Amino acid sequence: MTQNGVEFHFKTKFDQTILLGKKAKSVAELLKNIKSVPDSSIYFHTHKFLQQHHYLSPEPPNDFAYWVSTVLSEDALGEGLSSIDVIQFRRIDDLRQSIAEVIEKFLSSGPRNVEAAQGEEFYFMALKIFVLPTPYTAHTLTDFKNFLKLVSIQSLYYHIFDARLRLEQGENDFSIFFRKLGHDRLAEEILRLDPYTHTLEGLRQKVLKLVDQYD
Amino acid sequence: MIDIKEYASVIGQNELDELFLLAKKFEGKTLQNINSTAVGGGVAEILTHMIPLLKQLGINARWDVIKGNERFFVITKNMHNALHGVKVDISQDDFEYFLEVNRMNAAEMDFSGDFIFVHDPQPIGLIEKRKEVGKHWAWRGHVDFSKPYLQTWDFLAQYINKYDAAVFSAPSFSRELEIPQVLIAPSIDPLANKNKELPEETINEVFSRFQIDRSRPVITQISRFDYLKDPVGVIKAYKKVKKYVDAQLVLAGGGATDDPEGAKVMEEVRIEADKDKDIFVLFLPPASDIEINALQRGSTILLQKSLKEGFGLTVSEALWKSKPVIASAVGGIPLQIAHKYSGILTHTIDGTAYWMKQLINEPGYAKQLGVNGKEHIKNNFLITRHIKDYLLLFLSLFNPGDVVHL
Repeated sequence: MTQNGVEFHFKTKFDQTILLGKKAKSVAELLKNIKSVPDSSIYFHTHKFLQQHHYLSPEPPNDFAYWVSTVLSEDALGEGLSSIDVIQFRRIDDLRQSIAEVIEKFLSSGPRNVEAAQGEEFYFMALKIFVLPTPYTAHTLTDFKNFLKLVSIQSLYYHIFDARLRLEQGENDFSIFFRKLGHDRLAEEILRLDPYTHTLEGLRQKVLKLVDQYD
Repeated sequence: MIDIKEYASVIGQNELDELFLLAKKFEGKTLQNINSTAVGGGVAEILTHMIPLLKQLGINARWDVIKGNERFFVITKNMHNALHGVKVDISQDDFEYFLEVNRMNAAEMDFSGDFIFVHDPQPIGLIEKRKEVGKHWAWRGHVDFSKPYLQTWDFLAQYINKYDAAVFSAPSFSRELEIPQVLIAPSIDPLANKNKELPEETINEVFSRFQIDRSRPVITQISRFDYLKDPVGVIKAYKKVKKYVDAQLVLAGGGATDDPEGAKVMEEVRIEADKDKDIFVLFLPPASDIEINALQRGSTILLQKSLKEGFGLTVSEALWKSKPVIASAVGGIPLQIAHKYSGILTHTIDGTAYWMKQLINEPGYAKQLGVNGKEHIKNNFLITRHIKDYLLLFLSLFNPGDVVHL
């Protein structure tokens, strides 16, 4: 039964990777570019692994952490960058600031001359997303569960990750819908999930289980 | 012809449904591909697989091939080598001739496609026709442009900059350009003979035909006999491991028999193998896809120890078979392997030997690498993803901004 005429349109998204033509071969060059690239680039490099390796838990770190550890062997900096708690940020620019601060602190501790070998430089990219409506519109929690099982993980990714940080709504689409349905506690429980610590399939199952408790 | 619905068993019905959803945006539109050869080479192979699938998605996909004579193809071969960094000077006369052949093709070609997708340098000059025919134009460079000889690059860049967008296969291949650049990696077809599932009997039959013992570890590199694939380095790494592990090595691949360099490499490989009965050097004829598939599926570890590589799709093919892969961190290989997560990246013979030994002695970890590797390929390097990327490329030409609501 429809509750208050509230609807949830499941959307899906497709990603396009843009090459920015900028590269870094040292930590200092990495920092310089991090400060100037568009938000869509910071988002790409902090979320690419999550999306490309969404079946892994714990997931590999963000691109910056992976590169400084694997290519430059700067493990301490890699650890600092990979432990940045992405879930706490509501704006990409704040996340950018936090990454820059970790690198600045590292650079201030002494001279660093390590350079990547040719071909192993850090290449800056960015993400363009195309959002499409799926045929699924939920009016109730039961509909929601049924349709969440049918959509692709890109759809889940869009409503949980892109909506919150890429579109800077500050929260995920599911919680907004549940609140409109009057399920404030469910909305809060979904908000409390740290999606960055689950595989995407695991996250889908977790959301389904939580919704089940309220349906 | 493969029915596109069969891909649901590989990528999932929901992913396939969403690909159809995206393709609906192209209803009634024509996507016109143009390259310089209908057979042979990576571009022709991709288009041969992709065009029928695009049609099944309801898109009017076309493929046109430009014509050229021997002089034209000698010039384009020189350009190709120059883009790979070889110092080949091309005369002004040859550049003029190159453009003349492009203009002759442009005069004869039917540019009725809504989106025109030009592949590689040979037909690049067709863009001059744009003023007359309009339409959306994109150009894709399939080769490694990371260190080109600048004379050729500067010549081509003038034309690339006239397109709406340029596409490269790996981040390191891109250059500074005035137009947007998009990353589109190549792909493998999971249902093709080289990659499809094989019955255990087929794998056993191929191994026994080559007298390789499946009861002992088998380390395999599939690649043509070429210095850049470093087969001699592979044998050196294997010899270091052989002291501790009773493994066999398979070097299998094809190559032109009339290629003098190929024959020389084979000779060096045979000398290095030094009559070791556990080293199998297999020169495979064309159309050996099932044999290659079986050799990969029946091996313990797969290698790609290249010194230089384009994208290195053999790595995707290896990972698709859930095998632990050790490969050099060159070209497009780091896009396919996240070190220690979905495979192993190495830089040296010693490093390769170290990881061969580790993976043979740690089968649990090796298995997990293989499982992760297959999942990574499934999500990022299959032909269905490649089709999606092509569709997004053309949608992006008239939908600006970072977030597009369709």
